[in-house]
Amino acid sequence: MNLQNILNEIEKVDADVYERLDHVSRRHVFHNFLKKALTGVAPVAFGAILNKAYAQSSTVADVLNFALTLEYLEAEFYNKGLASGGLITGMEGWNTFQQIAKHENAHVALLKSALGGAAIAKPNFDFTAKGAYPDVFSNYKTFMTLAQAFEDTGVRAYKGQAANLISAPDVLTVALQIHSVEAMHAAKVRYLGGSRGWIMGAMGAPAAVYAGEDVRVQGGVDVVNLTGLGTDQVTGAFDEPLTKAQVLAIATPFLA
Amino acid sequence: MEKLQNDPTAAPQGLTGKASAALGRRVFLRYLGATAAAGVALSACKNEIAEPLATGSARAGDAIDLGDIGSKDVNVLNYAYALEQLEAAFYTQVLLTPYAGINGYERAILADIRDHEIAHRELFKAALGSAAIPGLTPNFSSINFSSRASVLGTARVFEAIGVSAYNGAGKYITTPDYLVLAGKIVSVEARHTAIISELVSPQTTSFSGDDIVAAASGLGEARTPEEVLTLVRPYVQEILNGKNGRRA
Repeated sequence: MNLQNILNEIEKVDADVYERLDHVSRRHVFHNFLKKALTGVAPVAFGAILNKAYAQSSTVADVLNFALTLEYLEAEFYNKGLASGGLITGMEGWNTFQQIAKHENAHVALLKSALGGAAIAKPNFDFTAKGAYPDVFSNYKTFMTLAQAFEDTGVRAYKGQAANLISAPDVLTVALQIHSVEAMHAAKVRYLGGSRGWIMGAMGAPAAVYAGEDVRVQGGVDVVNLTGLGTDQVTGAFDEPLTKAQVLAIATPFLA
Repeated sequence: MEKLQNDPTAAPQGLTGKASAALGRRVFLRYLGATAAAGVALSACKNEIAEPLATGSARAGDAIDLGDIGSKDVNVLNYAYALEQLEAAFYTQVLLTPYAGINGYERAILADIRDHEIAHRELFKAALGSAAIPGLTPNFSSINFSSRASVLGTARVFEAIGVSAYNGAGKYITTPDYLVLAGKIVSVEARHTAIISELVSPQTTSFSGDDIVAAASGLGEARTPEEVLTLVRPYVQEILNGKNGRRA
């Protein structure tokens, strides 16, 4: 059970976590927490305990909250898109965006459950980005542009945080499992928009989302020289990470 | 089992390419650590039944032991190298003997994917240097390369296995640079999964279908090395062995 693993990881970061639980045995907490998590009910009490139990500067919690911010953004974006009459027409669009929305909402729920009371509140979003995309929920093309940008950013954002989870193996696994799903979404949205499913060079909009995707050196090896393959193929073969600061710079215009 | 032809994209390198690659390899190996590399080279020799060739191909029936995959980064890299070899060989064959009715778009997609897998394979080979396992001999006898359904169905299975393998093995990697490298590759494998799915089942939810992404949690698959090796063993003529990690 992944949520239990997350708790085990938090225990590694803060070995005293269970000792801080008042009047509650470890087994009891797990039992109730998992039961609630499985039935989809937010474990409020458990969250409060977690919030007390580990420092707010915890690297793991920071990463999870950073991820939660992006998942909030994606989930609300698709929820609004699906609720906007006349925006998504045709079965392919519906199948695609309903499936993606299902996953993004599940990611929000998962991360919120894991963080409990330490979870940040959902920010308010402005998907027009202060007027840069005024027709985001009435023009399918604009909606698709942002969907692709958000998915490709999500892939890069999770990748950029992987090394921060190296000491929390089971949280890392969950993050990787989310990361791979974001990449599936990204590929499908790109395909719908008539692009290849993978990022070749640093082409795409907004430009900041694709900055640095054109590197051909991996691990000190120039892979174009190594293989004789084309630059598009080599850059398409590797997705590049973004730092937290880069991701926040991309996301900030969408915060109300 | 048809004999696989030589990889057409593995063009001979010019001096510049060779020199550059060699330099890169030295840098990479510095990360890897000479001790770890030597250790694996020794254990690789010990575990092979037939006489191993340092950089050549293994022979059908050889046992290739990837060791305890979680115990060393180099073992994880060899595990990834084995999977990338399999994928690259598969798509190379797909492009050499295209299925009936293939169109230009599908050919372009599959050629891109082949090139990605070759790039992954060659990078791991370069990174591992003398610690690399031998070249594997694929066994694709269960695949009908003239059938679109057989080829694309197999492709989706291979890609999904690849994603789950990287997702499951990421936690064994102790060197941040290698973890990020694995991350750079796994998301491309996930992109492949989505696009192949689209070719198999157009306009559906198959690109991130409930069979490969848990509907309730939105999590993609993660498999242990032993689970993955059980799935891929039928596609390799050598006997590919390995154990799950033991990293605490």
